[in-house]
Amino acid sequence: MSSHTPQQAPYYYVPAPSTYPITGSLALFLFAMGSVLWMNKFSAGPFVLGAGLLVLFYMMYSWFGTVAHESEGGLYSKRVGMSFRWSMGWFIFSEVMFFAAFFGALFYARVLSIPDLAGLESQALLWPDATAAWPNAGPGYDGSPFTPMGAWGIPAINTMLLLMSGVTLTWAHHGLLHNNRGQLKLGLLMTIALGVVFLGFQIYEYMHAYSELNVKLTTGVFGSIFYLLTGFHGFHVTIGATMLIVILCRVLAGHFTPENHFGFEAVAWYWHFVDVVWLLLFVVVYWI
Amino acid sequence: MAAIPGGADHAHDHAHDHPSGIMRWVTTTNHKDIGSMYLWFSFAMFIVGGIMAMVIRAELFEPGLQVVDPDRFNQMTTLHGLIMVFGAIMPAFVGFANWMIPLMIGASDMAFARMNNWSFWLLPPAAILLTTSLLVPGGAAASGWTLYPPLTVQMGMGMDMAIFAVHILGISSIMGSINIVTTILNMRAPGMTLMKMPLFCWTWLITAYLVIAVMPVLAGAVTMILTDRHFGTSFFNAAGGGDPVLYQHIFWFFGHPEVYIIAIPAFGVVSQVIPAFSRKPLFGYASMVYATSSIAILSFIVWAHHMYTVGMPVAGQLYFMFATMLIAIPTGVKVFNWVATMWRGSLSFETPMLFSIGFLFLFTLGGFSGLVLSMTAVDVQLHDSYYVVAHFHYVMVAGALFSAYAGAYYWLPKWTGHMYDEKLGKLHFWLSLVFFNMTFFVQHFLGLAGMPRRIPDYALQFAEFNMISSIGAFGFGLSQLVFLVVVLKCLKGGEKASAKPWDGAEGLEWTVPSPAPHHTFETPPIIK
Repeated sequence: MSSHTPQQAPYYYVPAPSTYPITGSLALFLFAMGSVLWMNKFSAGPFVLGAGLLVLFYMMYSWFGTVAHESEGGLYSKRVGMSFRWSMGWFIFSEVMFFAAFFGALFYARVLSIPDLAGLESQALLWPDATAAWPNAGPGYDGSPFTPMGAWGIPAINTMLLLMSGVTLTWAHHGLLHNNRGQLKLGLLMTIALGVVFLGFQIYEYMHAYSELNVKLTTGVFGSIFYLLTGFHGFHVTIGATMLIVILCRVLAGHFTPENHFGFEAVAWYWHFVDVVWLLLFVVVYWI
Repeated sequence: MAAIPGGADHAHDHAHDHPSGIMRWVTTTNHKDIGSMYLWFSFAMFIVGGIMAMVIRAELFEPGLQVVDPDRFNQMTTLHGLIMVFGAIMPAFVGFANWMIPLMIGASDMAFARMNNWSFWLLPPAAILLTTSLLVPGGAAASGWTLYPPLTVQMGMGMDMAIFAVHILGISSIMGSINIVTTILNMRAPGMTLMKMPLFCWTWLITAYLVIAVMPVLAGAVTMILTDRHFGTSFFNAAGGGDPVLYQHIFWFFGHPEVYIIAIPAFGVVSQVIPAFSRKPLFGYASMVYATSSIAILSFIVWAHHMYTVGMPVAGQLYFMFATMLIAIPTGVKVFNWVATMWRGSLSFETPMLFSIGFLFLFTLGGFSGLVLSMTAVDVQLHDSYYVVAHFHYVMVAGALFSAYAGAYYWLPKWTGHMYDEKLGKLHFWLSLVFFNMTFFVQHFLGLAGMPRRIPDYALQFAEFNMISSIGAFGFGLSQLVFLVVVLKCLKGGEKASAKPWDGAEGLEWTVPSPAPHHTFETPPIIK
């Protein structure tokens, strides 16, 4: 619980000068430089990258901690809460557009580039054996044959897991709304567990794909799109699960009231968004 | 309009936790400080990108290779484009947004003051990545600012630095835009309905929406380049079933709205300045809002007009041609509205008005050459020629930059509390106008005659026009230093500016004293 005495919130809380942003800039600079160095085989790369991540985690921990503290201290008026709502919505919209680029690449490959490469012109001039079947690793693929992932094994289980996690999260939200903290904690815990199991299955699936199915990042455009779409989704599940864990910790610390709990809601929005991305992914990457 | 001017009466100060010196600027959460930093940063990057332009024009001064080798030349064109778009023009308008939107809608600050600081302080790391990439083995990205594969899959680590710079700039502008949208939607003073907002706020609302929609798409595109470069993916590799043209589609799905991300705030500034110096309200306010929204929506469905020569079905070419031409309608609405605002107005021609009228003529000219390029059959001839270079510099320089200058002169008295030197301002305008046209008008002829862009050497028949263009460019570059002198003089002193130095100006920003106090509208004004 906060050490602040709840007070009359100012009309609109404007925070005092802060060193969090410049710390974050330093973190991202180190992260970017470290990545560049690593990818170009400089031995310092991983260390610079690691330092960037450490600074980033420190910054996020302190910054979000301060925000939670300010919120519990009653500094945020209704209007500030409305700002959080608007901004979370727009942030999720930007994430939608990020995934749109990769879904666009998938549709482009399936509808345009693969059929084009198997067209008469390309067959006559470049690749006589090109086929238009999907999944396709491209006419120049020279690796050993691969087997695409079936939809009705692990991916279907994962779909069920994420759908269930949406239900448990809503159940937790109802617990919060009716001030039933036990239900809230249990619901959050179940949601986190479902997310972690999902991630476990996803890692198992990747290992299976690499060792037995021969589907790799280098398996032509199919492998590229498969790993980047599911990989970025998995990364978002990781972020979502981390945020849920933070929310659970805050719940255990006594944060949130039935009236005032947008931190919880924002994470729930994010979780449902990640869920919807998965459904689309399940249909167009694994199933059809 | 406003019942409570905020400002000088704030006895309680917030000095207890305010660092001084450099840390004031590093840690600030004040929208005016952050706006000033954005403006200074953008001017610094404008000089850096401008020096690169001078190198380009020096090389093209006469045929043959004199100044830089071809690879450096390509690095110059690439960095000039990236720096001017992401480092100079976009931050300039975000600077205006930071300074003016809270003042215009009667808000105490931006919605997220700390995040606002981060949006700004992400720019220097990105600028360092871009500029120092010139020094690494293999040099900077040399693919043109569009970063097309397969070139970008082949280059050295400078390319990776450009990719990460684009990522960081993207994070910065998405956060900045979420902040702006939230501020406009949630922090307007009581009574300030959306349709009572100054048009500048409307244009930024629409621009911020575009940024949030398309910057992530660019992030996706450059991520695919990065994995193609280092992790063996085949997004843009035909042998693996991908296609370099896929990159062009994704890039221009970002790239075309990006053009309007740059142009729409410029429309907003001009829509504030022209009514003030015509002493008439803006003609057709509502139609301006609808026209700007239409432009934003249309910008998502015209992208392939940048790719007519890539090998597209005729039906696709026709669709993109007609869809592109549609944009001329809302743009025409705007131009007619600005002209109608001036019609029978009581005009005066201070520097902001001069830059706005310069904008009006030259931006419209750039729009017309855009219409010419929108025609597939014509574009096949003009594609990647100097005609295209002339076209987009009319839009970017005479459009966006002139409008940024109009805004800067218009609001300098509010920012500094002093009037700028009107004589020097007018000198700046006329030098800019003449040298701008000298630089870029002749490039239309070069393009029509077939001179391709992004080459360091050219055939002899292009020599005269290139020399004229280069002389114009050097003149234009030097004239911009006049602006620096004006700003420094204005900061140091000059005639005291009243709260409302322009008698025709309207809006809440003119109800606070000049210079605007550190905190304004801590309790919102009431708008009737």
